[in-house]
Amino acid sequence: MTYTWLVVLALLGTAACDLVVLRTRLLCRKAFWASYAIMFGFQLLVNGLLTGPGIVQYDPDTILGPRLAYAPVEDLGFGFALILLTLSCWVALGRRSAGLPVRGSSARPVRAARGRPTQRPAPPARRPRSPGSSPSDG
Amino acid sequence: MRQLSYLAVLAGCLLGTLPLELLLRVRVYARWRRLLAALAPGLVLGVAWDLYAVRHGHWHFDHRYLTGLELAGLPVEEVLFFVVIPICAVLTLEAVARRRPGWSIGDEPAEPDR
Repeated sequence: MTYTWLVVLALLGTAACDLVVLRTRLLCRKAFWASYAIMFGFQLLVNGLLTGPGIVQYDPDTILGPRLAYAPVEDLGFGFALILLTLSCWVALGRRSAGLPVRGSSARPVRAARGRPTQRPAPPARRPRSPGSSPSDG
Repeated sequence: MRQLSYLAVLAGCLLGTLPLELLLRVRVYARWRRLLAALAPGLVLGVAWDLYAVRHGHWHFDHRYLTGLELAGLPVEEVLFFVVIPICAVLTLEAVARRRPGWSIGDEPAEPDR
């Protein structure tokens, strides 16, 4: 199997890990994409430093051909998959320490809308008991 | 000195992200058990992929830029790559989460009304 196909498999596998297996849904979160945008520049730099001088060299038969900052485009997918897998595991492990189920819930991630006025949802029929409310029984 | 090239790139990554821990206090290294556990899958799969790729000639290394030390059948620098890059990624995500508290990453305590 070529490097290109392995990268495609890795991207699909790590996306499945994030969305289905661990349900961390980083791919749906602004924080993840903002982090990746920052990392992208450094990824190009590190890939360039490793491939420019030839520290790592590729067989032309196993890659598509296009290069970005000396490195084959496949390297971007390789790095993205490594980053996504790690961050998904990091968040899943953090849920456990926060007392949440490690595999996540089926609920959609809570998205905070910065700068946009948030529409308050209609009050639920049964409001959860707030710490200050007096218990009706007990 | 040239043998230290690859190692220097990795050291640069760690040094460059260190202020996130020391100044921004993201507490990633401080939560080292969680960090080690989060790194493990990427390290195992990455090393396995790397061994496959080297065996099948997808890529190879110029040994003039390597220390010559080996680990798990790979240059030690290549194994460290699967530790260093993920650490930088976690530091970056935690830094973004710290600077943008409204952007959840998914490990926050449950919403009180959920």
